[in-house]
Amino acid sequence: MNILVCVKRVPLTGGRIVLSDDARAISTRHLGFTVSPHEECGAEEAVRLVEQHGGASTVLALGPAEAEEQLRDMMAIGVDRAIHLLTEGEEWDPQATAAAIVTAVRAQSEPFDLLLFGNEAADSCDYQVAIRVAYALGLPVVTGVKGITVADGQIRCEQETDGGRDVYELPLPAVVSVKEGLNLPRYASVPGRLRAKRKPLQATRPAGVQARLQMVRLALPEGSGKQAQMLGSGAPAAAAIVGVLGELGLL
Amino acid sequence: MSGILLFAFEADDELSQQASALAAALHGDLDAITVQGSYAPAAWAAAIAEEVSERSPRAVLAPGTERGNELLAHVGALLDLPMAANCTAVTLGDPARVTRVRWGGSLLEEALVHGSPLLATVAPHAVTAQPFTTPPRALAPAADAPVRVTERIEAATGGISLTDAPVVVSGGRGVGSSEGFAVIEELAALLDGAVGCSRAVTSAGWRPHSDQVGQTGTKVSPELYIACGISGATQHMAGCKGAKKLLAINADGEASIFASADYGVIGDLHEVLPAVCAQIRKARGA
Repeated sequence: MNILVCVKRVPLTGGRIVLSDDARAISTRHLGFTVSPHEECGAEEAVRLVEQHGGASTVLALGPAEAEEQLRDMMAIGVDRAIHLLTEGEEWDPQATAAAIVTAVRAQSEPFDLLLFGNEAADSCDYQVAIRVAYALGLPVVTGVKGITVADGQIRCEQETDGGRDVYELPLPAVVSVKEGLNLPRYASVPGRLRAKRKPLQATRPAGVQARLQMVRLALPEGSGKQAQMLGSGAPAAAAIVGVLGELGLL
Repeated sequence: MSGILLFAFEADDELSQQASALAAALHGDLDAITVQGSYAPAAWAAAIAEEVSERSPRAVLAPGTERGNELLAHVGALLDLPMAANCTAVTLGDPARVTRVRWGGSLLEEALVHGSPLLATVAPHAVTAQPFTTPPRALAPAADAPVRVTERIEAATGGISLTDAPVVVSGGRGVGSSEGFAVIEELAALLDGAVGCSRAVTSAGWRPHSDQVGQTGTKVSPELYIACGISGATQHMAGCKGAKKLLAINADGEASIFASADYGVIGDLHEVLPAVCAQIRKARGA
């Protein structure tokens, strides 16, 4: 199988988000970066499918030069090669992102059997890049997948619902967006990290287009305005906790 | 027509009713639709897109659920239009202006949407639901539906689910190990509650992902959420901000969780929880 997995570099937000001075981004001066959680599971799944069925996996990211860190991270857990769609760090809207990915996919010498995405990026939460890529390439698409089985040129996808799981079966090639819980991504080994440094990375600079979902500014939601009532410290606080449970009618 | 097309899943679906309330506030003729039959995203979206072509609405709205977002993304791809997911406010115009939710609710975005009609989903619990006066008009799905639900696996019953539990007792990195969850489980059992955990815990392999509360896990809304050894990262708070009350137990008095808590206890959960369980047992005379 020839598998593509698309990932996004996002900041590792801690307990409190601080905005940049122009309120158009999160201030990342004190933050590390990671791959959006759903997408990390996509990369793990790509590696597992290649381990089971043979073939090769490719990781793609659209982002600034620094996104090479995330591409190398995914190659360290076993992805074979990387495509870096370089930006100046500005935000690309979902349509522009999908268009750049479609151009990159079409430029590959070998077509992909499976294109994996995260269900939604942790930061922008747009819920649509995978679907737009599928329509542009004329491929079937299933989203929010938490279980994948591939056999005989078919992919079986399980999607979590309120009452259980819905199953979709579609022929490959296909586009699938996944959610965390699909698998437990492995940690990169030291040899894996060393190998990742030498794996092929192809960088191109896609032509940008005018955003049609145009971010104007970001804002923090109004705080809860909560002032926690402190019930005490350590085991002696147990009585006060039980008091609260009683007040709330939970005992 | 210069109206508003609203996609609803069911007339009695609360999130569809919330989307309807936001749509009704846009001062256009409101036309509520749904699609018949078992779920098939591309075929349902094609039916909605055809309705858009026939009626030329100013906006198409849907509830911001997984499937609502999926359907409008399909419609956006079909009609080559932008789509704004999980909006809390919408102002029509050229361009339209929306406020939408990012980072699972930890951040808001003000955005301009260039394209007509506006395609937008409505963030859950951003507006008060408004019941439908007439049931949504049911469209037939497009005949060709290569991607459809072929099988439904019912969830195993038994136990109290995270989403229904009146109390959720949740553990974070501070629990220390898989075995450390015994005290969390004990308190949850005494309160007829469910066990939750943070992403750090599932990443470490201490608990299954089905227990994870957070932006990429389950979103819960119990009467009381007891967060034990959880620092309060935005990823986690996105999953438990629907709780009516939050009690935080953390050894670090500076942990950001205390800024979102109603009640706080500074201390080691492995000392505090056994004492709480003992007191509950004693009070019950067991």
